[in-house]
Amino acid sequence: MAAPRRTSSRVTGSEKIGLYTLLRLERAGLETGLPGQFFMLDVPGHIMPRPFSICLAEKGELAFLINPVGPATRLLCELERGQKIGLFGPLGNGFRTDVKRPLLVGGGIGIAPFPYAAQAMGNPPVVLGFRTARQAEAAKLIPKAEVCIEPQLVTELIPGGPVDVLACGPEPMLRAVHALVSDAQLAWEAPMACGYGACYGCVVEFEGKSRRLCVEGPVLNGRPSVLPLIDDEEEEAKG
Amino acid sequence: MILNASGCLDALVAPKVARSLDVFVAKTVTPEPRSGNQQPRLAEADFGLLNSIGLQNPGLEAFCAEVLPRLEELEMPFWVSVGGSNAADYAQVCERIGERESVSALEINLSCPNVDPAAAGAAEIVAACRAVSGKPLYAKLSAQLPDIDEVATSVIEAGASGLSLVNSLRGLVLDEWTLEPRLGRAVGGYSGAALRPVALAAVYLCYAATKGTVPIVGMGGVQNGKQALDLIAAGASAVALGSVLFTDLEAPERVRTELYEEARARGFERPLEARGAAHQPSAD
Repeated sequence: MAAPRRTSSRVTGSEKIGLYTLLRLERAGLETGLPGQFFMLDVPGHIMPRPFSICLAEKGELAFLINPVGPATRLLCELERGQKIGLFGPLGNGFRTDVKRPLLVGGGIGIAPFPYAAQAMGNPPVVLGFRTARQAEAAKLIPKAEVCIEPQLVTELIPGGPVDVLACGPEPMLRAVHALVSDAQLAWEAPMACGYGACYGCVVEFEGKSRRLCVEGPVLNGRPSVLPLIDDEEEEAKG
Repeated sequence: MILNASGCLDALVAPKVARSLDVFVAKTVTPEPRSGNQQPRLAEADFGLLNSIGLQNPGLEAFCAEVLPRLEELEMPFWVSVGGSNAADYAQVCERIGERESVSALEINLSCPNVDPAAAGAAEIVAACRAVSGKPLYAKLSAQLPDIDEVATSVIEAGASGLSLVNSLRGLVLDEWTLEPRLGRAVGGYSGAALRPVALAAVYLCYAATKGTVPIVGMGGVQNGKQALDLIAAGASAVALGSVLFTDLEAPERVRTELYEEARARGFERPLEARGAAHQPSAD
């Protein structure tokens, strides 16, 4: 797996997609990472960077889908072409994509890692759930996805029978998916200050264990952790 | 000497960063495992960061069995931070970890803002630790103590070898719309740039109270070499980096280089020659 790097990158585009913004950055020599991995994006004027999963990786770009929920995410959504920001990654453990009967299950902004995952996996079936029609406009990032809007829940779109679920969404959705498909790969979200295991801010309880999402996730039941993450140069080269 | 503030770096995940420090300080170990506080654990605050981790750690047994041997494999000097809810807890951890030759010192965490404070006084806890371990003991104090200089004197008298100053301060951040606390446990530990003058004052007062006779690790919001030099001038003999490590993995080397440059620019050949300079006003 590629070692994470920190660099500064220029905004190449910013596109409103319903409530969300797709922020495109120059790849700037960074590895694209695996579906489900994430980058820490610096926010101008803010101390804490924010974690975002890789939404798309095309033509020398990295793109991140951002939900403007607070001052920092609003600022990221307002960045204009040509502005520079720092980023650090790729980080975390991504999805196992070599599964036999894949089904991608996204809830709300949890759609974020799936455009990239769907491309990497040859367009497997995708089901997406949203709270509102405005949010659901983001589904256009995955043209063939089956979409539902509350009160219908995305878990109702998961077929019976054996299926290899890759899910990303709010915690209640992930716990509901886990109850239906016990070996589902689940991509979680929590605030992070560092992205590399230093701060213990992103810990969630899952199956009786406390897990640091940045180094043991964000995909739980996904690819195994590869540690140490940041070691001496010669060992980085090996990785 | 550049260290990390305990709980701000995992040497097993980032050995390269840990090796760039002079000493790595491991996250606080308590007798029993602690799963830590509920989410959310982090929030950005004005001029700093609010955290509510809650001394998450695997407990003494698992630390000794699984973490310590791997720290030893890194072949770098390290300290272990020690916590508990009473003097016997602290002593139990000190006794067990203090047996390991590889551990250069123990930091007695008397000041975590995210757990209920131990019932015993700081001096009583330090005395209990000293009774069971011959290792250097650093008492980590909170700048919220109104009489930090008196507490510093009392812990030194009780057997502490040095002081670690300071831990984060209690802080609160509210959600912009709901006006509810952003952290799951409401109040958290406030760290970052805003801590700098607070840490400087604590180091200054404790250096004066102990007459410059004990080592002091100064920490709180240090992001560059000049800020590290300020702490040394106030009385620190070493400087620890905290939240700067979250975003700058090269901070130890950068701050060390800047510290030497800043010291030389002021006529000090080595940074520690400036120790206590704030207490000796120049004649003119």
